[in-house]
Amino acid sequence: MRFSFSDEQEEFRLVLRRFLAGKSPTTEVRRQMATEQGFDREAWRKLNQEMGLTAVHIPETYGGQGFGDVELGIVMEEAGRALVCAPLLASVLAATAILHGANEEQKRRLLPAIATGDKIATFAFTEANGRWDAGGVAMTATPAGGKFRLDGTKSFVLDGCAADLIVVAARKPGTNGDDGLSLFAVPSDAKELERKPLQVLDPTRKLARLTFNGVEAELIGEEGKAAAAFARTLTLATVYLASEMVGGAERLREDALAYAKMRMQFGRPIAAFQSMKHKQADMLVEVELAKSAAYYAAAAAAEGDDDLPALASLAKAAASDAYMQTAIHAIQIHGGIGFTFDNDTHLWFKRAKASEVFLGDAHHHRELMMRHWNV
Amino acid sequence: MSERTEASVRAEVRAWLEANWNAELSLVEWRGKLADAGWGMPTWPKKWHGQDLPQALAPVVEEEFKRIGAVGTAKAGIRLLAAATILDHGTDMHKEKFLRRILTGEDTWCQLFSEPGSGSDLAGAMTRAEMRGNKWVVNGQKVWTTSAHKADWGLLLARTDWDAPKHQGLSYFILDMRQPGVVAQPLRQMNGHASFNQVFITDAEIAPEFQMGKLGEGWKVATTTLMHERRNADGLRSWATGSTRQGRIYDEERAEIATVMEPYKWYPQRAGRVDLIVERAKATGRNTDPVVRQEIARLLTMSKAAEWTARRARAAQEQGRAQGPEGSLGKLVSSHVARQAARVHTMISGADAMLSGEDGPLNGVIAEILISVPATSIAGGTDEIQRNIISERVLGMPKEPSFDTGKPFRDVPKNTVA
Repeated sequence: MRFSFSDEQEEFRLVLRRFLAGKSPTTEVRRQMATEQGFDREAWRKLNQEMGLTAVHIPETYGGQGFGDVELGIVMEEAGRALVCAPLLASVLAATAILHGANEEQKRRLLPAIATGDKIATFAFTEANGRWDAGGVAMTATPAGGKFRLDGTKSFVLDGCAADLIVVAARKPGTNGDDGLSLFAVPSDAKELERKPLQVLDPTRKLARLTFNGVEAELIGEEGKAAAAFARTLTLATVYLASEMVGGAERLREDALAYAKMRMQFGRPIAAFQSMKHKQADMLVEVELAKSAAYYAAAAAAEGDDDLPALASLAKAAASDAYMQTAIHAIQIHGGIGFTFDNDTHLWFKRAKASEVFLGDAHHHRELMMRHWNV
Repeated sequence: MSERTEASVRAEVRAWLEANWNAELSLVEWRGKLADAGWGMPTWPKKWHGQDLPQALAPVVEEEFKRIGAVGTAKAGIRLLAAATILDHGTDMHKEKFLRRILTGEDTWCQLFSEPGSGSDLAGAMTRAEMRGNKWVVNGQKVWTTSAHKADWGLLLARTDWDAPKHQGLSYFILDMRQPGVVAQPLRQMNGHASFNQVFITDAEIAPEFQMGKLGEGWKVATTTLMHERRNADGLRSWATGSTRQGRIYDEERAEIATVMEPYKWYPQRAGRVDLIVERAKATGRNTDPVVRQEIARLLTMSKAAEWTARRARAAQEQGRAQGPEGSLGKLVSSHVARQAARVHTMISGADAMLSGEDGPLNGVIAEILISVPATSIAGGTDEIQRNIISERVLGMPKEPSFDTGKPFRDVPKNTVA
């Protein structure tokens, strides 16, 4: 498997990094995260159109740019580094679910607006039980005159209050597990849909609880046959999130290093203390290993590798541990100032914590990996 | 002569091999031909047993050797480090006397750098060389010397000036190991193997022309040797296997490999034997324990990510990009992998982890892993030194303060040698 970035991909990364550094300085992150929706709709639409972020992995036929998972991985990594406050992951997940679950007509109808950012989309699949698999879906879908009615509650929905289009996982009453699972499209102004913002630990990414009381929904793809698309979407989501996480981890590592070189105590920079040097070396090791795992998983996704579910889980487990550990070290290296709200470290710390758990923590993914490898 | 291309080099080496390769020659005869024709070390200078080939064309030669099944020059052990150092710093006399016999395998070399009193701090060597009459006379003790008991020549770092600061008082010599003043004794390790020697040097003699580099510039020469050692480290660690073909020369090569690799037979165990983990977990049924599963998964994650990180580094190199940090981490990462592997092997083996030899799991292999892994984080640069190197050279953090470089070495506090 080819496992290195081309010159074009490296160039794309550089351009994107510079661009996002300009658009998403921490003053901007702080301004956005304090708002109810967590991002500025118009600014996001413009940013997305300039760089084509949500369009990257959508084929050109559906209004996207037609790149692959490696390029999307780069986008996610750079967005994670810049801690971009935007419904990027939410829209990418919804687009991925549509790409893998919808019929041709639906793809042509639904994807272009997501690609341009004119419509914000999200994927609502987790419920109050906090499970990250098909078995956790309890919401029911009952046929009603060519359409369906959804009943139940989704939780931990990314940008659930801001989304215009919600892709929902639900099941035929009386089924469980992979059986009877279907995907549905619901517009945000649907009747009997109740959206409640959740108070979140990481204010840079908003979550919502969505209650469906007989909400009318359009079936995506075939009824009861969404299990494969659902699993595929979750696997890819895991890769994209891992990519975003290693970007954030590297930024934290670099910021902590810069601070250690500048901070004077006992008449010398604290970077001169061997305890600091060794800690930084360990951080570098952990972040680089996690980056390798994320890059490998993205390459495997792009090539359609059968081992992808295990590789995605491996990448997420590595990223969860590395991001959180780096965040803990970064606060520690900053000392007292690192615990203040004014210092920026906590912005990434909180993202690290939320991302550690979202889509399943390291333990969860280690177990998935072991099962996939038949251990 | 026109520019050499991949095609022209391929044609040249192929023609030469077809005219000269003969599997019934002795190793030394064949390697003598190689040394004279320059195809054994094609990137070396033409004048010294090479072909002046750019590095990029070297794989072509290797491919042609493989194609016809030809044996290469002697490469095992310290000999190529010696050759590289001699090529960089040696006199024409050194090159004439040593290079050919290095390549034919007639001479074996060892490296006399580490001492009981200086491990990580190699430049703190206390073995002394004094000029008496017209000869250098050497006294001291070296340690962790591979194959010293079999070596004909040693690369020796010794102190010639005790009033100069640490690094400036060292000189570099070629020591004749076959003399009464040089006694090599095996050094028994905690895992029972004795892969290395301690070398006691008592009034050993060196002719002045066997000094390499300028007097007092031995550290500079040693740095060359160490640089080549690091560059070759992956190659040296990999497990050499001979060809399975028939013929006198292959028999000789297999015998040579068996001898050379003998001291390293526990090296796979030192690295933790990650390859055994899953089958052991299944065989013992420990794969059903959720705690054990987590630790296995942690290990596999680390070990895979380490492999991919090395691949990233190689890919960057092949694409001609500046090496990123990923290229400097392998040594430290392999310590983490080995340690976690030992932990997991222990969890999997349970009470059996207390047993070794025929009573132990896998006929003692697991026990050997458990008592060999501690070497990984020490040999070839301790984890602590690696962290210093990474933080200083990769991350640009301040260098460690120095307490021993600004004054005569005589006044530097040292270990007392019993």
